[in-house]
Amino acid sequence: MSAAVPDLERFLKRRSFIELSARDRAEALLDPGGYHELLGPFDRLHSPWLPMQGIVPQEDDGVIVARGRIDGQPAVIAAIESAFQGGSMGEVGGSKIACALELARQDHEQGIPTRPVLLLETGGVRLQEANLGLAVIAEIQAAIVALRRHVPVVAVISGMVGCFGGMSLAAALCSHLIVTRQARLGMNGPEVIEQEAGIEELDSSDRQLIWSLIGGEQRHAVGLADTLVEDDAVAIAEAVRDAFRRGLPKQPRSEQVKLFLERLAAIDPSQPLDGKALRALWDQGATA
Amino acid sequence: MEMIKLDYPAEETVPRRVHVGVVGSGDLEVLLEPSNDGQAHVSIRTSVDGYGAIWKNVLDRFFSRYKGAAAIEINDFGATPGIVALRLQQAVEESQS
Repeated sequence: MSAAVPDLERFLKRRSFIELSARDRAEALLDPGGYHELLGPFDRLHSPWLPMQGIVPQEDDGVIVARGRIDGQPAVIAAIESAFQGGSMGEVGGSKIACALELARQDHEQGIPTRPVLLLETGGVRLQEANLGLAVIAEIQAAIVALRRHVPVVAVISGMVGCFGGMSLAAALCSHLIVTRQARLGMNGPEVIEQEAGIEELDSSDRQLIWSLIGGEQRHAVGLADTLVEDDAVAIAEAVRDAFRRGLPKQPRSEQVKLFLERLAAIDPSQPLDGKALRALWDQGATA
Repeated sequence: MEMIKLDYPAEETVPRRVHVGVVGSGDLEVLLEPSNDGQAHVSIRTSVDGYGAIWKNVLDRFFSRYKGAAAIEINDFGATPGIVALRLQQAVEESQS
């Protein structure tokens, strides 16, 4: 711990991004001044489905859409509030994200270079809204694919909820994915796997194991995330600006089909595989 | 889920509308805006049933000091009376800043 003192000072000075609300996160990533929220709580676009099931809604349905500027360029951020219903995607909140992406695409077709950023802190579809939630996640995914031809679609997963279910696929479709060490990215969450396959398959309470498999550091090491950054609002804002400066990737990750088929073929499912072994196995074919 | 409505007399105008809080575990969101009839109105939607008397106590105490003609909407996810009082105070402070 002797070398910890300079780190401690940095740690104390830093502004945790994880601890911010979705609204404050969006504001932290935009250039100072000019933050403008669309469809905010006073528009009262809450979920019509939750009160019918005896669940208290939130007036913005847990999704904050904000306009502003990033590096002086017009930008739109859609931030999911993880504290509300685990950041689950319902019809209203999901539609807000899909529409924001769709309007950004229309901006680009009219020569306005709007930069899209998604803050994906979500357990995936909101089970109380079932197919409506799933449908809107499909809309978000289609909107990402349509928009990423014009501009990098940048996503941030900072934790502590992580990004799961259909929204993990949305994250994978983004042009540039920024993660912290605290982030998690995966299709099924650990609790779901344990419940379905048994504790012998996966002990969801083993945090070290879980993060070694689906944590931000591991996802970055195997090329499924682009930037690994500390839990620091300033550092994450810089990582977002940097992602746009880099411009469009040569090929979006989800179009690198051959590479990932080869990677999957390299895995022997009859042998146990942990996070470290996967890094060794996939390191040879690291993505550009 | 239970809905509670309360009304209070008011004397002062509310300078601007504010939103504070989140509908997360043990927390609540408060939407405070000027009411259109010079009185104060509170509309509460809470996840915990059967606490109407406690809500009335918390709001009675709040309006014993606050005289704003506010329309207040609360979406509560199991906040304690202390948290409710703090969020209301935060909303008032932000509406005056």
